[in-house]
Amino acid sequence: MSTVLKVENLHVYYGSIHAIKGVSFEVGEGEIVTLIGANGAGKSTTLNTVGGLLKPREGSIEFEGRSILGVAPHKVVNEGMALCPEGRRVFAQLSVKENLEMGAYTRPASEIPETLEMVYEHFPRLKERQSQMAGTLSGGEQQMLAMGRALMSKPKLMMLDEPSMGLAPILVDQIFEIIEALNKAGTTILLVEQNAQMALSIADRAYVLETGRIVNTGTGKDLLNDDSVKKAYLGG
Amino acid sequence: MLANLINGISLGSIYAIIALGYTMVYGIAKMLNFAHGDVIMVGGYVSFCSMMYLGFPAPLAVLLAMIVCTTLGITIERLAYKPLRSATSLAVLITAIGMSYFLQNAALIIWGANPKAFPNMFKNIEAIEFAGARISPVALVAIVANVIIMVALTLFTSRTKVGKAMRAVSEDKGAATLMGINVNFTISLTFAIGSGLAAIAGVLLCTAYPTLMPTTGSMPGIKAFTAAVFGGIGSIPGAMIGGILLGVIEIFARAYISSELADAIVFGVLIVVLIFRPTGLLGKQIHEKV
Ligand SMILES: Nc1ncnc2c1ncn2[C@@H]1O[C@H](COP(=O)(O)OP(=O)(O)O)[C@@H](O)[C@H]1O
Ligand SMILES: [Mg+2]
Repeated sequence: MSTVLKVENLHVYYGSIHAIKGVSFEVGEGEIVTLIGANGAGKSTTLNTVGGLLKPREGSIEFEGRSILGVAPHKVVNEGMALCPEGRRVFAQLSVKENLEMGAYTRPASEIPETLEMVYEHFPRLKERQSQMAGTLSGGEQQMLAMGRALMSKPKLMMLDEPSMGLAPILVDQIFEIIEALNKAGTTILLVEQNAQMALSIADRAYVLETGRIVNTGTGKDLLNDDSVKKAYLGG
Repeated sequence: MLANLINGISLGSIYAIIALGYTMVYGIAKMLNFAHGDVIMVGGYVSFCSMMYLGFPAPLAVLLAMIVCTTLGITIERLAYKPLRSATSLAVLITAIGMSYFLQNAALIIWGANPKAFPNMFKNIEAIEFAGARISPVALVAIVANVIIMVALTLFTSRTKVGKAMRAVSEDKGAATLMGINVNFTISLTFAIGSGLAAIAGVLLCTAYPTLMPTTGSMPGIKAFTAAVFGGIGSIPGAMIGGILLGVIEIFARAYISSELADAIVFGVLIVVLIFRPTGLLGKQIHEKV
């Protein structure tokens, strides 16, 4: 299995706040890897740094063997990774279809219709609503749109930041099924979740993040049965 | 009555073209570019000089003014505002006011304090008689230019890839960056469009009111800013409606109430509108979904 993403000794600051303190992890091709941790542990900061929105003060980030540290933030998506950010952040005043087009911003126009069909296959709901303003969608639909938008760049690696946040349980199940389906279709997944139970049950491997450090790692199954993980994240 | 209405719409069209610059820059960069009015003045002087000293025909003079103003707008953003991208909005506001004074004083040094008589580029064209009212050619040109600009900008932002990206950037720069949109380029482009339009407005304004001074842009700039707020800052159709309403109110107040009080009435109407609709006539009442 070849390594898609390799993060080593990452340090990220917000001004003088040291949010990420030497995080290292890897994601292999075809895997679902999850980062779990409590609120404020540094999950989003890690993902946003890999996605190019934040600059680390120290450490390295390699995607398919190439360093992405010198790459301009808006060019990171060209490397083959897409980030579906926390809180969905769809463009509320753009239609569903326009949001999806933005996801394919860096790709040739001629390839967009085909990718659009692929996204609509995963999310038939979005096709029904394609001319509706994204701001009028329900929370679950907005999450699907955020995921669809990230897919439009045809990423090798898709990073998802708390896709289940604020959704009803039935929708959470649906979102996780879609994540598994995307993975089966060949997309490598890096998933950040507070819903540790769900995340660990679909993950090949997992890392536990606590106040900016990785404190535990293993297969999804191992961590589901790990006493400290059970106690801290799975409600005993 | 009809003549006043048409003159009001015409003046309002000039305000609307200026207001677009305020509103687009506000929408993208979330800042009030108080130097925008002075870019109009620069546009006026550049077209004046190219017609009077270089002997350029009017269309070429307008084109040159647009090129200079576009370059100026991009340069102002790069040098003065870009370094403040993450500063407080107060710091940005004060910088913009400083930039406004800088441009006025630079104009004072280059062109002097004496008012220049702007040439009438329509002097060979007769005023048009319409339903008993005399309408000057520049009034018609301003209205037509405004309509063309509005249609073009609406098509640009709703149909083109770059225009849609501009709307995406105005909503969420981080998410737009994740899509691969170059936010800095988009901001530069917005300043370029706004300043190019300011050049057109400058030429129209100086043709309609042919006295050109370093402070020529201030009052129309403030009124156009008022128009942008009136219509709902950030909204392109809002700039159009706000501008035209403001122009009509001003001309009617001048004709039927008092020319001294006209400006006070204009700003009074703004205050009343903002009391009842704080986001302006077409401003977005934002309901964020959590
Ligand atoms: N924009 C910010 N400015 C300052 N501190 C921040 C900012 N964003 C996050 N932090 C801090 O960084 C730490 C990690 O936050 P975050 O990565 O959002 O955690 P998580 O996603 O795991 O909930 C927290 O202590 C948080 O308070
Ligand atoms: Mg988070």
